[in-house]
Amino acid sequence: MTNNRKRHAPLLNRCSALAITLLLAALSARPATGATASPLIRDVQRKVVKIYGAGGLRQMESYQSGILVSPQGHVVTALSYVLDTDDVAVVLDDGRKFSVEFVGSDPVLELAVLQLQLGEQEVDWFDLEDAAPAVPGEPVLAVSNLYGIAAGDEPASIMQGVVTAVAPLAARRGAFQANYRGEVYVVDAHANNPGAAGGALVDWQGRLLGVLGKELKSRVTGAWLNYAVPVDAWAESVEAIMAGRAASSSSGLELAPDEPTTLASLGLVLVPNLLACTPPFVDGIVPASPASDAGLKPDDLIVFVEGEPTVSCSDVVAALARIDRRDGARLAVLRDGELVDVVVAAPTETDETAPSDAPADEEQ
Amino acid sequence: MPSALLIFLAALATTDPTLAPLDVPPDVATAEANRVAAVSRASEATVAIFDSAGKGGGSGVIVSADGFALTNFHVVAGSGPALKCGLPDGVLYDAVLVGIDPVGDLALVQLLGRNDFPVAAIGDSDDVRVGDWAFAAGNPFLLADDFTPSVSYGMISGVRRYQYPAGTLLEYTDCLQTDAAINPGNSGGPLFNADGELIGINGRGSFEKRGRKNVGVGYAISVNQAMRFLSHLKSGRILDHASLGATVATEDDGVIVDDILDSSDAFRRGLRYGDEIVMLANREITTANALQNILGVFPPDWRVPVRFRRDGRTFDAVIRLASKHDPAELVALVQREAADPSRPPGDEPQPDDEDPSDPEPNKLPKLPDLRKLLDSKPKLPKAIAERYIERRGFANYWYNQQAQQRLWSAWQQFQGDDAAASPGYDWLVEGHVAAGGDFILRTGPLQSEIRLPQGVTGAIFRGDLTSQLSPPGSGGLLLAVHLWQRMLDEGLRTFGEVVYLGRLPCGDAEPAECLSCLYGGVEVRLFFDATTGAMISLECYSSDDADPCELHLSDFRETAGRMLPHRWTIRSGDREFATLEIDQFEMAVDGLRREAQ
Repeated sequence: MTNNRKRHAPLLNRCSALAITLLLAALSARPATGATASPLIRDVQRKVVKIYGAGGLRQMESYQSGILVSPQGHVVTALSYVLDTDDVAVVLDDGRKFSVEFVGSDPVLELAVLQLQLGEQEVDWFDLEDAAPAVPGEPVLAVSNLYGIAAGDEPASIMQGVVTAVAPLAARRGAFQANYRGEVYVVDAHANNPGAAGGALVDWQGRLLGVLGKELKSRVTGAWLNYAVPVDAWAESVEAIMAGRAASSSSGLELAPDEPTTLASLGLVLVPNLLACTPPFVDGIVPASPASDAGLKPDDLIVFVEGEPTVSCSDVVAALARIDRRDGARLAVLRDGELVDVVVAAPTETDETAPSDAPADEEQ
Repeated sequence: MPSALLIFLAALATTDPTLAPLDVPPDVATAEANRVAAVSRASEATVAIFDSAGKGGGSGVIVSADGFALTNFHVVAGSGPALKCGLPDGVLYDAVLVGIDPVGDLALVQLLGRNDFPVAAIGDSDDVRVGDWAFAAGNPFLLADDFTPSVSYGMISGVRRYQYPAGTLLEYTDCLQTDAAINPGNSGGPLFNADGELIGINGRGSFEKRGRKNVGVGYAISVNQAMRFLSHLKSGRILDHASLGATVATEDDGVIVDDILDSSDAFRRGLRYGDEIVMLANREITTANALQNILGVFPPDWRVPVRFRRDGRTFDAVIRLASKHDPAELVALVQREAADPSRPPGDEPQPDDEDPSDPEPNKLPKLPDLRKLLDSKPKLPKAIAERYIERRGFANYWYNQQAQQRLWSAWQQFQGDDAAASPGYDWLVEGHVAAGGDFILRTGPLQSEIRLPQGVTGAIFRGDLTSQLSPPGSGGLLLAVHLWQRMLDEGLRTFGEVVYLGRLPCGDAEPAECLSCLYGGVEVRLFFDATTGAMISLECYSSDDADPCELHLSDFRETAGRMLPHRWTIRSGDREFATLEIDQFEMAVDGLRREAQ
């Protein structure tokens, strides 16, 4: 089901052929002499929602955007402090207001899935099956409630531009590196303004290309980035969350593995588990163990195991137990204020440590 | 067709050698040619505006061949009456400040020296849709040494947007949002549609933490709002915007009136505390904000239909909008604004979509202090000095005088050669009432009376005029006729103060040119047809909290060398009092005065 979204051919080979196809499609879809894309845009605007939640302090807007991805009212949006309240409200472009249920999140992609309490009501939505890949040069539209301009029954704002590159995201937020490092669509529109996160990037046929990410600066230049995370990168994870499976792209069916991973099998020692919710700090590392090979260090705080948030030592033990020790384990730790991805290799294999992350740029 | 696509075509042709050169489809070639033509046409009327000291500036757009150009209030605030305006022909023209609208952030200047200035084609901003292509022209960062405007192309991102007041005055309502780059210096410049028709006046942007440069969110005042205020700006006044005379709140069951002035027209038309407002100016109201958004585009005294609900019943009324500010308050605010244009009056926290350290981010650095300039009385260029009169409440009183003279001359010409001779106060007017029956009106300098089917009533024009409101229900027909006679006899000098207001709705007709005149505590408004010069209506306001008598005049026929109206429709409030069809008109009839006594 998800395979048709994967890119089979190398991007560049397909580029020209696809570009011509798109060009022709674009020509037919856009009146050459007319001056408007209104009907298409109205259709897209109905699928983009305004989200209101926590925030409101200086430079912490209490709003963001989201996209409807199912007839059951599932909304994909950015995982952010805005959702950090029980009182999240979603307002559609026709002014209908819904309370939401938090369905789940993918901390690496920094995306969350909400579900509107629809009752008998119906909504328009993007079919992820119809989502399209984009290539550099493709004309696109960014649809979001940037700056919270739209209120009540006002529809989201539209910006136009072109995909200027498809490239891995190398970005930071303040001193922190962005979690997601995969490919993004870089666009020349000012798409990622305050409040735009969670909005839609669509092509000129109204097909969903990606979700607008949070405000980030380039790790290299410090410039604000304008980008969207391709549907390819998150559809599987979002569908897993919608299907009620706990977490992200890597989580399969929840079967107990033959040889569950344990702290001992990794060579990992956590601080003594004295409280009901002891923070899972690393207390020690067994020399020449998978953990030491992977570069884990004492005082690391384990915040994710295979994308699942771990708030206590017990969480870490339970999460590890769901991983077969022959598969290795993917952790994220907080070290010196920075989120670091760590891949712990399977014990029987030779060293394959995660590339150590360059420290984030200093704030200019 | 966006430029992006054309660049895309070029990129394809050059980067892949195996690809045969593409034939440009004729549609694309045509679209490109059309765009080039539209940009070229639109650029001609785009103005680069500088203050006389050359320290700041902005943009503008010419809307009439005699050089009237629209810009933002915040571009001219603090620059005094003399400006310099550059056109793409490379010539720098003297320009004079005409009128300002500090609430709507509009200003009007007049370029001098030609009467064949290039004029922008005026579009209809109500027809603008999200997704339409649009382009901004102007002088961002004051880059153009030869005054050729910079052009930025983009899309309409939103329509009917509302942007909160920055400071206490400036408020953008029902405005256009575009991703065409709007930068400092674009302020006051035109936003055009793809055909090169003017759809808005650029003036504001959302910038927030990314610094004072475009981030794809610019706002333009709709051209329909600008055109509605244009004649008012030409009056040289400091303009105000409208208020409902009531405040509303969004509640679960709709937009509810939570306070109302009992002196307001809205109250007299039946609106009450607790009523739900459903529609205003034929637009649906779903939130209190939506109501302010719609209201903000009208001048005071504009008339708009309102629909409201009470106890399940729906009522329709046409209400005369009130002023938003007290006139003195407005002048004080403008003076503070002019004194320190970099900081709008008031210490209100800024909306969080604007950079708090930069409350009017799109505003350019201006001269530090208008009052200093005024105190030192700098010598104005001769051409400017001839067209500038300072007066409290006005940006430039000279233009108000001009408008009064223009209306008066046009009216005299309409009246005919003999109009100079006074018809006096002794009239005998006979005819029939449209609803049935006859009437006789006898007038004199001190008293008048009218016999209608319902009876005879009179009025005495000595002492307090404001109590002489007979016949009952007319709002003061006899007084209105008396003031009309005074104007015919003595001209506008009979009135204590005369102010040209601009074009305002007059009865059910198109907006007409309006003079406001004071006499003996009564305000009389004279309405003139902009085309013919005829005086088509008088409105007589005996007090602030009562409906005026509206005397609408039509069916003009020549009588004794003078064009006289033979149909008078008298209205007060939302009711028609009577329509009088005149059969016989006698003026300066001897003995009538005695007879009436």
